Amino acid sequence: MSMDLSEFLDVFLEECFEGLEVMESGLLHLDEGTDLEEINTIFRAAHSIKGGSAAFGFNHISEFTHVMETLLDQLRSGKRQVDQATVDLLLASVDVLREMVEGLKTDEAPDESRVAELKQQLEAAVNGDGGKSDQGLEEHAPDEKPEAAGEPRSLRIEIRPGQAMFQQGNDPLRIFAELAKLGELEVETRASNLPVLDDLDPTRCYLEWSARLTTSATDDELNEIFSWLGDECRVEIAPAEKSEPTGSKEADRKPEAAHAGEEKAASGKSAPKAEEKKSPSKGPTLVKSSAGRESSSIRVSIEKVDLLINLVGELVITQSMLNQVGTALMHQGGPEAEALLNGLAQLERNTRELQENVLQIRMLPISFAFNRFPRLVRDLSHKMGKQVELVLTGEQTEVDKTVLEKIGDPLVHLVRNSLDHGLEMPEVRKAAGKPEQGRLELSAQHESGNIVIRISDDGAGLNREKILRKAIEKGLVDEKEELSDERIDNLIFQPGFSTADKVSDLSGRGVGMDVVKRNINDLGGTVSIHSEPGKGSTVVIRLPLTLAILDGQLASVGQETYILPLISIVESLQVQAEHLKSVAGSTELYRFRDEYIPIVRLNRLFGVADGTDDLLQGLLVVVEAEGRHVGLFVDRLLGQQQVVIKSLETNFHQLDGISGATILGDGQVALILDIPGLVDLYYRTLNSPAALAANS
Amino acid sequence: MNSSSAQKIDNDLQPEHGVDQYLTFCLAGEEYGVNILKVQEIKGWSEVTPMPNTPEAVLGVINLRGTVVPIVELRRHFGLPSAEPGPTTVIIVVKASDGKGNVRTMGMVVDAVSEVHNIAASEIQPPPPIGEGSEKRSVAGLATMEERMIILLDIDDLMNNGVLGLLKEEDTDV
Repeated sequence: MSMDLSEFLDVFLEECFEGLEVMESGLLHLDEGTDLEEINTIFRAAHSIKGGSAAFGFNHISEFTHVMETLLDQLRSGKRQVDQATVDLLLASVDVLREMVEGLKTDEAPDESRVAELKQQLEAAVNGDGGKSDQGLEEHAPDEKPEAAGEPRSLRIEIRPGQAMFQQGNDPLRIFAELAKLGELEVETRASNLPVLDDLDPTRCYLEWSARLTTSATDDELNEIFSWLGDECRVEIAPAEKSEPTGSKEADRKPEAAHAGEEKAASGKSAPKAEEKKSPSKGPTLVKSSAGRESSSIRVSIEKVDLLINLVGELVITQSMLNQVGTALMHQGGPEAEALLNGLAQLERNTRELQENVLQIRMLPISFAFNRFPRLVRDLSHKMGKQVELVLTGEQTEVDKTVLEKIGDPLVHLVRNSLDHGLEMPEVRKAAGKPEQGRLELSAQHESGNIVIRISDDGAGLNREKILRKAIEKGLVDEKEELSDERIDNLIFQPGFSTADKVSDLSGRGVGMDVVKRNINDLGGTVSIHSEPGKGSTVVIRLPLTLAILDGQLASVGQETYILPLISIVESLQVQAEHLKSVAGSTELYRFRDEYIPIVRLNRLFGVADGTDDLLQGLLVVVEAEGRHVGLFVDRLLGQQQVVIKSLETNFHQLDGISGATILGDGQVALILDIPGLVDLYYRTLNSPAALAANS
Repeated sequence: MNSSSAQKIDNDLQPEHGVDQYLTFCLAGEEYGVNILKVQEIKGWSEVTPMPNTPEAVLGVINLRGTVVPIVELRRHFGLPSAEPGPTTVIIVVKASDGKGNVRTMGMVVDAVSEVHNIAASEIQPPPPIGEGSEKRSVAGLATMEERMIILLDIDDLMNNGVLGLLKEEDTDV
């Protein structure tokens, strides 16, 4: 038994985290005004966590969630108004719940005292102003349909069907017959709307009914009956006796049920009846939000997707191999050759499309990474006493799941930094003639095969003087060096750099920005900052859309072909003799614009015997590595193409300066250069020439 | 996963208990053998893409139906005189597991493959003391077939410790 469950545990945990996210984002929306649908969404998420954890026997979680749910139910039924304190309490509970769920994963026990404390607070809230008593807690606790207890109740059902009822194929008699099955039914017909006989249109319905039903059926069963009625039809279900607790709850809800044909269709089966209980004015928003949240999908393990991606990668390689054979055959001519070429062209199109679509499977909208920021910004700005408006744009921009997972932490750091260092206190902003409320914008968009994420604030901007002073102090730059503004700004990404006057709880430990930069570089991306004093700063992160393929520049050194990631190339140029300099006769430098960059000869570094040694005969590819420019010396540049990245580690081990390999159209393997690693390797061999000699 | 289940079936098909099949090959006049269950395939010689800063015995990588497979020149690894690839030169593609759940597909260049022998465990002699270090470790034992000596190699040890130096890396410099 336990074996069986453990199989599902991972799925359960995953669903828990998703549910928690839904709850959190829902709660944040509650800040901006009560929306019944939001509360229902939160409630549902809490409910499924509770149910799941109970099934697995995680009683501490289900008990805790139960209390949350009770509080949510009070909000939902309108017994309690949404206020800041309740939302804060629920947010804190979500945090504790997340800790508990994470505890399941790592087998760590959660902080018992905090759990107990929050549970107490929740219980106090439940039993306090809005709640009833302990027994009340039981009554409207877990289920979507607490009335399901089986106790017969008396309901008054008002049916105002609208004139088009018959035209839509609905028969009131059938409805009453169904209702009669559920219990004791009395129907009263109101004919006050009947026109005079001359005006009567027999295809229209002028009647209204008022029914009294004594039943033990659930709301779901009732709504099922009315669900086929069209939009115009109004059905009101209310308890006949107000004293009954379940009834009063029913009455408090927006009672205009069952006009929800469309909405029901849009949200699918899983949308419980609560959605139908919306007032018509809220209809459109409801349809939109529920469609977004509950789109139909299947859960597939990432290994299966990766296998698919690999196979398509093979297919692309095979296809380009065939293409080369086809081109060779074309020279022999003949109708068959032409047919072959046509077929190959079609194959190429199809494989490309297939590849794009398969890679698309791994893509998720960046909103998964952005979602945590409303909460983070809300909490931090409260804490710091700053007023911040967070604007998120381009949340639907899609990016590879792995990239998405790894970009989260750097983004958090950058946002914290902007809040802490960038945006000023309200009074400072006022004095500077800016609105008191600062603005923090996170945006994402696709730009030429990359995803570009911008984090901009309208704060004070970077203090260049301070940065420069600090950099000189730490020996990162020479005092005499003339640096462009951009260079100075980007110094903050250097290791061990922090200008914060005092280390705060939020940032300023000086380990942040370089870690951010390293993480982004590890993903094959770049980061830079642009700042305008007094107006704010913008951090720009540029990332590849996927880690499976890479836009590469093919370069040849002797017989060998290497692939340079296009993202790191600044410029390619022909070497001009007058710009060549050397230091101490050994280190070669090249004057690139107004800086001297070291020349890394790939043929020497990699020990390629037949590479060009004459600098004037080859090309210099200026690449950027860790903010520094380096000139890579290669023989020739070949084409640019997208390559499928294959790890060397699978069958060998990682090599310095090589990030992987790929297979070219002719079936040969080509190595993909890892630019930062390559530069490291260069400096290492520079310091110990013996190592180079031993290696090559 | 697949290979282990295949291995199981193969074991079941073994005619006698304690008898393993060995693929033998020639290397500078010496005859070596590897357990056939470790062999994935034998393929003809093809051009390799050299890798920088790797041990001399590692010639580079080839594309084996979409997989990037490193190729080891066994002559160089054993310190035998090197030879140009001839018509019989082949690459034996083996699966070496490092005992940590990783199975690496690697190729080794040999002069020629000869045949498959059934060798019972009782026929295998322990290896004599041959030199020091990794070469010694990689020899699983010696067997005699039709008056010829066959040096049986431990592929897992040869590839992981001998060629990749996974053990060495930990205590000496890289």
